[in-house]
Amino acid sequence: MAAPKKSVAKESGQEKANGSPPEFTKAQELAALRDMLLIRRFEEKAGQLYGMGAIGGFCHLYIGQEAVVVGMQMALKKGDQVITGYRDHGHMLACGMSANGVMAELTGRRGGYSKGKGGSMHMFSMEKNFFGGHGIVGAQVSLGTGLAFANRYRGNDFVSVAYFGDGASNQGQVYESFNMAELWKLPVIYVIENNRYAMGTSVTRSSALTDFSKRGASFNIPGQQVDGMDVRAVKAAGDEAVAWCRAGKGPFILEMQTYRYRGHSMSDPAKYRTREEVEKIRTDQDPIEQVRNRLLAAKVSEQELKAIDAEVREIVNASADFAQRDPEPDPSELWTDVYR
Amino acid sequence: MPIQVLMPALSPTMEKGNLAKWLKKEGEPIKSGDVIAEIETDKATMEVEATDEGTLGKILIPEGTADVAVNTPIATILADGESAADLGKASAPAQAAKAAESASPAEAKAEAPQPKAEKAPAAPPAAVAEPDPEVPAGTEMITQTIREALRDAMAEEMRRDPDVFIMGEEVAEYQGAYKVTQGLLQEFGARRVIDTPITEHGFAGVGVGAAMSGLKPVVEFMTFNFAMQAIDQIINSAAKTLYMSGGQMGCSIVFRGPNGAAARVAAQHSQDYSAWYSQIPGLKVIAPFSAADYKGLLKAAIRDPNPVIFLENEVLYGHTGEVPKLDDYVIPIGKARIVRSGKDVTLISWSNGMTYALKAADELAKEGIEAEVIDLRTLRPMDTETIINSVKKTGRAVTVEEGWQQSGVGAEIAARIMEQAFDYLDAPVARVSGKDVPMPYAANLEKLALPSVAEVVAAAKAVSYR
Repeated sequence: MAAPKKSVAKESGQEKANGSPPEFTKAQELAALRDMLLIRRFEEKAGQLYGMGAIGGFCHLYIGQEAVVVGMQMALKKGDQVITGYRDHGHMLACGMSANGVMAELTGRRGGYSKGKGGSMHMFSMEKNFFGGHGIVGAQVSLGTGLAFANRYRGNDFVSVAYFGDGASNQGQVYESFNMAELWKLPVIYVIENNRYAMGTSVTRSSALTDFSKRGASFNIPGQQVDGMDVRAVKAAGDEAVAWCRAGKGPFILEMQTYRYRGHSMSDPAKYRTREEVEKIRTDQDPIEQVRNRLLAAKVSEQELKAIDAEVREIVNASADFAQRDPEPDPSELWTDVYR
Repeated sequence: MPIQVLMPALSPTMEKGNLAKWLKKEGEPIKSGDVIAEIETDKATMEVEATDEGTLGKILIPEGTADVAVNTPIATILADGESAADLGKASAPAQAAKAAESASPAEAKAEAPQPKAEKAPAAPPAAVAEPDPEVPAGTEMITQTIREALRDAMAEEMRRDPDVFIMGEEVAEYQGAYKVTQGLLQEFGARRVIDTPITEHGFAGVGVGAAMSGLKPVVEFMTFNFAMQAIDQIINSAAKTLYMSGGQMGCSIVFRGPNGAAARVAAQHSQDYSAWYSQIPGLKVIAPFSAADYKGLLKAAIRDPNPVIFLENEVLYGHTGEVPKLDDYVIPIGKARIVRSGKDVTLISWSNGMTYALKAADELAKEGIEAEVIDLRTLRPMDTETIINSVKKTGRAVTVEEGWQQSGVGAEIAARIMEQAFDYLDAPVARVSGKDVPMPYAANLEKLALPSVAEVVAAAKAVSYR
């Protein structure tokens, strides 16, 4: 068993954990840039629509954390499953779900992935193997373990990826799941997105052990801390974890050290951290800027990057138009889908 | 004076057992702690240890004797200085077996109404039962216990569908904490019969996740009391996902296990969750009474594409009933059954509540009141039509449940009757229920906390103004 890698995270928790990650090809850099930009522009638009009252309820934006899902998705193959908590828009887009369907669900329209009945936190796509979108903190960890159980039961080589945050990491069922996953050697990757705040409570105020990669230690589950702001590091760690799981060695934990720029939800003024803290990370570590800068250094033209930006903006604007134009669900939908 | 060894009660619900084997012979010396006999309960074979010293004077119940009632003297131990000649003096029965400390509950319980049903088939009395429309006339019936009926249902469905598996605490190697999964590991192997750690919240979630991926888990809770640890996964994940996904993703899963009061296990192990689960849209909730219904409805539950809560009753596990010998006996979910016809008052119950209702109907008949007894069998969706039609005929209704009254299933039934048959009612609907207290441990208090036949009779008479 691979010993959990030693944490070298410093105070910021954002240092690269494993030296320089393997370089991406130009095609990989461009794809990662495009996918991360799509998430960012989508989330910015969602924030805007929320402000206009077009989106209601809770809306948890993924801005700042884009490299995590985009890098992980690059390590997966078709047939692998993904499940996450309530900060899920980025995961859905990374899985290839349509921006129109996600945005229309945010506005509660019939063209949304759940016909408008799920909302921001509850969307699913059987076609893209995305299993939600779960609003109860930590529930997706047991469910994702169950997806891995099903893979094991069927004897296929698919893995499931269960994403959860530093906050969910303190839920009891997470450890119940860890125990069963290792006991039964289930092919599940636990991706802990450590964005440093469980709503308004910093990890140092909520967690006795802030090195989340070690949270599986008492179950013998290997873990690794990853610079979750560098999409290359995420992909490299994802590759390692996927290989471990596909080889039948059981679960693997990846602690993605990341940061959310926005509040916990739209109604969070984020008074628990300083403006300077946010600004510093945006300036120094932004996952999208990192890729953009590397591409520019590699002599990719501004023109080419602008074209990507334009393509992404078009998708996002179209989704916003669709999501506001699409009718609300028919009233008869109130009574459907309770039972099969 | 010689000491009598009594048949011990070896579980909270045991009322009788088989004397499988004597390990000591008459005349052999016995020390405290010696294993003197083996007793088969309906759940396991248990060793009986002596708690007194002396000589095994006389074996009163030979080995191989079946159905020895708890507290029957099974042997006599002679103290030092006593001889076989003293045997006649044996009296003052002492609890000689260690396990016998738990005998008193069952003894006390034996006076309670429901255990008596064990002596006779628990299935609806044939003389008064309405014919089961699901069973073709002339079908051969086999007599089996409810636990056997449950096991057969699971085994048949597992043979039929490779996606069906069972998981839970002690379901595999231990053969089931209540022996319900006996033999399944041997037939289906460890891949499909899975012992879990004691981790209800976690394994409920794992089961739901596996179901979301298309498998059909049967998740056994050792009792539904422990499912409270898992209720978030049952309600928030299993029940709501189909709706939240706009019909894309559902969850075909059965959560099953004993529900409600067993005997003398006190407040934390004696809760009836009928009302809790039956409130939740997205769940189906089944709570059968007869052996045939246990089988046919569990098969239906496993096949159902929705999450199903299957509430069993530990007290009923050992009860026998007639089960149709059919290749595939499946009972539709959501259909009540009129178990006894009558014109004067409708008694509505389910699960072990039926024990009180049926006995009360017998008592009422003696006084010239013909009660119609409805076994709801499914609590959600509830077969309101059968209830309403009966009440339209009788004009009077009594609900019987072991659960609490406030926001209970009886309250729901009463509301539906009021809404849909108000003009037919000749009296307000009466509710007989568990009392509004946590379940007490003391035998007399426990008996008071549960419904009784007398209460059902009194309620039926009250609504009949008699």
